[in-house]
Amino acid sequence: MTSYRLPQGGLIDRGHPLSFTFDGKALQGVQGDSLASALLANGRRLVGRSFKYHRPRGILTSGAAEPNALMTIGSSGRTEPNTRATMQELYAGLEARSQNRWPSLAFDIGALNSLASPFLGAGFYYKTFMWPAPFWEKVYEPFIRKAAGLGRATHEADPDSYDKCWAHCDLLVVGSGPAGLAAALTAGRAGARVIVADEHAMAGGSLLSETAIIGGTPASAFAEACATELRSLPNVTLLTRTTVFGWYDGNVFGAVERVQRHIATLSPSRPVERLWRIVAKGTILATGAEERPLVFGGNDIPGVMMAGAMRTYLNRYAVAPGRTTAIFTANDSGYQLAADLEARGVRVSAIVDPRAAGGATYAGKARVLRDAVVTDAHGGRSLAAIDIRSGSRTDRLKVDALAMSGGFSPVVHLACHRGGRPVWSDEKAGFLPPANFGGLTPAGAARGIDGLAACLDDGARRGANLVATFGFTATPVAFGTVEGDVPVSAPAKTLWSIPGGKGKAFVDYQNDVHRKDLDLAVKEGYGHVELAKRYTTGGMATDQGKLSNVNAIGLLAEARGLSPGAVGTTTFRPFYTPVSFGALAGAHHGEHFQPVRRSPLHGWAARHGAVFVETGLWYRSAWFPRTGEKDWRESVAREVVNVRRNAGLCDVSMLGKIEICGPDAAEFLNRVYCNAFLKLPIGKARYGLMLREDGMIYDDGTTSRLEENRFLMTTTTAYAAGAMNHLEFCAQALWPDLDVRLASVTDQWAQMAIAGPKSRKILQAIIDEDIGDAAFPYLAAHEVSLFGGALHGRLFRISFSGELAYELAIPAAYGDSVAEALMATGRTEGLMPYGVEALSVLRIEKGHVTHNEINGTVVPADLGFGKMVSLAKPDFIGKAMLQREGLAAPDRPRLVGVVPLDPADTFRTGAHILAKNAAATLENDQGYVTSSAHSPHVGSTIGLALVKRGDERHGEEVVVWNGLNGEFTSARLCPPVFFDPSNEKLHA
Amino acid sequence: MASLVPCPHCGSRPKEEFTIKGAALARPAPDADPDSWFHYVYLRENPRGAYEEYWHHTAGCRRWLIVCRDTVTHQVNTSQDAAAAKGQAA
Ligand SMILES: [Zn+2]
Repeated sequence: MTSYRLPQGGLIDRGHPLSFTFDGKALQGVQGDSLASALLANGRRLVGRSFKYHRPRGILTSGAAEPNALMTIGSSGRTEPNTRATMQELYAGLEARSQNRWPSLAFDIGALNSLASPFLGAGFYYKTFMWPAPFWEKVYEPFIRKAAGLGRATHEADPDSYDKCWAHCDLLVVGSGPAGLAAALTAGRAGARVIVADEHAMAGGSLLSETAIIGGTPASAFAEACATELRSLPNVTLLTRTTVFGWYDGNVFGAVERVQRHIATLSPSRPVERLWRIVAKGTILATGAEERPLVFGGNDIPGVMMAGAMRTYLNRYAVAPGRTTAIFTANDSGYQLAADLEARGVRVSAIVDPRAAGGATYAGKARVLRDAVVTDAHGGRSLAAIDIRSGSRTDRLKVDALAMSGGFSPVVHLACHRGGRPVWSDEKAGFLPPANFGGLTPAGAARGIDGLAACLDDGARRGANLVATFGFTATPVAFGTVEGDVPVSAPAKTLWSIPGGKGKAFVDYQNDVHRKDLDLAVKEGYGHVELAKRYTTGGMATDQGKLSNVNAIGLLAEARGLSPGAVGTTTFRPFYTPVSFGALAGAHHGEHFQPVRRSPLHGWAARHGAVFVETGLWYRSAWFPRTGEKDWRESVAREVVNVRRNAGLCDVSMLGKIEICGPDAAEFLNRVYCNAFLKLPIGKARYGLMLREDGMIYDDGTTSRLEENRFLMTTTTAYAAGAMNHLEFCAQALWPDLDVRLASVTDQWAQMAIAGPKSRKILQAIIDEDIGDAAFPYLAAHEVSLFGGALHGRLFRISFSGELAYELAIPAAYGDSVAEALMATGRTEGLMPYGVEALSVLRIEKGHVTHNEINGTVVPADLGFGKMVSLAKPDFIGKAMLQREGLAAPDRPRLVGVVPLDPADTFRTGAHILAKNAAATLENDQGYVTSSAHSPHVGSTIGLALVKRGDERHGEEVVVWNGLNGEFTSARLCPPVFFDPSNEKLHA
Repeated sequence: MASLVPCPHCGSRPKEEFTIKGAALARPAPDADPDSWFHYVYLRENPRGAYEEYWHHTAGCRRWLIVCRDTVTHQVNTSQDAAAAKGQAA
């Protein structure tokens, strides 16, 4: 005997059948079904296997707490594992597959784990898998992973889109049950901006499963009327299928809206899910209460169900749980269920109530057994019988469905996300939300209010009071008399453990934690709630113990002789229910994961065959291969040689460019650079070193004085944003008295380096002014006119390569044309493009440093810039700390060149320097190679290195040690400038 | 961490728009003794309660702010422009 669909009733549309599959078998449900109700309507009780023991499991709940009915939905890129069938709306063509079974759900080999269960008790991870250590990787972990029973994520890309948004409101109402609806209507009618969020498809919460009449309207119709009114109010947003999953600082709530998770054919113009961040002045927590299971033997056999869930399936989905039902209840809610079942023609054999005087108003046909408990349930894949103990006597009763209700736990999760702890109430037999913790007001069952009328009233009053604090005059909405409202009434005493049972009595269904595991945890000294959680894994599954935690606390309390309040809860953290990675990522995936920055000369580079390399967000041209070149080294070497012999053009647009203006601009620069800038003449560029306040070099670049009070600073590509932030800090926080303004102009200019002996001749062809050495000497920097006045740009005579070289800055939009014009006019001179690889070789040959050398541990003197530092200045960033003794220590690593003794030998960047004949130990480490390259000019590998006393050791034979690859290269230290040390080329 | 940070120029904005530098300490005079500089550069309090920090509204008005927040409750108590805090116009 099993569950079946009733011929009438329910909030379903029998005229709208929906086909779906479960484990490949075609089944039919109707519009309005959840996947769970459709499975039950088809008599499908067995829906999954348990995590550890692979026990047959059925549907236990009708909501978000479901621990058993986890399924994989969809296929290929839309595969969604671990979907709770209770939360999944049915749609035509839905494909669901059970999880954690092999080879099939009905016959599962893993169920043999049940036989091994003595070895799988609490703490088994720690006890069983201790030794020997290599077994962990090879044996234990694969075994655990294979046994671990959850769905598998797909490796295919998710084809759908996700969205994110912010929303602001006066009042957020979480949950649209009786309290939530009442609060929202009260606040909405008063004109407050209200957002109501409910995780289910329809607003109404428990009202949808309720048979009571409110003000003459049946509860479900009442819920619909409320929802209709809320939707009609322009100041109210009603979000269904939306789970508020977290409460964050600043009264910001995270919520996920499942926009298209219930639809057969997705609209490509809408997201499947939308992540909301909701800023609320106040919040009504109307999340209701979660019914607790009772912990008796076999309480996990398919056919055993929460009483409230059974009522929902019956009233909302018109699904009867079985032919012969029993109810095991420790409160009066079970009697309402009995009345509803009998009204629908389902036989109730017995109501088992551990209390002496429960269900006083019950007038149905079922036998009521008071002072009695169910000790065991029997059956394999479907419930067959239960053992009822009354006094000293135990009777077996044949039933095919059993409802259970151990009491109600307010859903306090959100209220505890910001550090508040729930408070145990003996009166309510549950943990209540923390009082007065921030801007969150619980209402209705979420704060232990009992009964429909009381919840409606509480929601309306609390909603009115809350919006009154924001200046709204609100009258609590009155809904009229409630007929058929039977308050649950808290059980006289909580019923944690049930003595006399023989079978496994489950506490945490999803992680297969049963009562004896908790007993063992206490016995072995892990009775503290946080320890018991880790020791037993109770509460650590994907449901985070929604059904089990309070029972576990109750059992621990009993075993330790404490009150549940003294045992306390574990910590509540977001998310309330699992949130998809898709929703969290939103649009930030694939090419939208991060922006791409392309230089204004990107097109030019691409047309000339550039191979691009990602540097941060930028795509820089790395080299420009030509036909016949075997590999990138050959291309780079050709580019380097061509710069030295003729001329090359390199895109340097991505260097940071900051304009610094104002009467105090020179003074400002003088304070942010360690070298002097006050007297930089107009029309001149100067190399500048920026230090951190600890004296180490932060960044370098050239700064040019364009006008008396107008400078242009360049920074390295990597530090462009950081340097801007730093300058703004200096200007705003340190020296707001200086009259200076900063503007980043990196994107406004296309900048190209034209380097090589023929660079002047090539440039002169397009530049109107004379740029001969006399008129435009080394470090000249000023505006120039191009193409007979058609365009203006800025020309800087600066060189990274050591050659006669210029940098030409052109308004970004004209950069491409100017670069092409130069290529055309320069062709006869041998002008070729070169990329950052060649640029790097050229600068290493010339001994110029980059952030390879400026590694955060070097001061100017370490790089040979000691004399640049102007200690005569009254103040600059880093001045005070730079003068510390240790930073002038003689054995500091200092910049030096390094070449292999045998030109055929090579070494790599990052390799360490050892004195000749020294053992390869860390103690003997002398420093390391910061940059290296093959130098066409030298004819071998060359390197720059930071070596102890490096500047004093030119000529010394050393060994370059690459410990990773076990390579040793004999080498010689040398001056760091390999090319034109007298700077003749530079000044040509 | 606060989800929203009040900017005196832009209003309440998501924390993702800001970067934090750290404690809002006064920079010592250039000729202050080495101890003062050592404290300024390296030593930080780790208070339980109110804490003043430099926050940069990087993805907003690009002003540096002095934000006072509570390290226990994450409540932002005050937020003012760093220049204004020094008595200068922002
Ligand atoms: Zn701002």
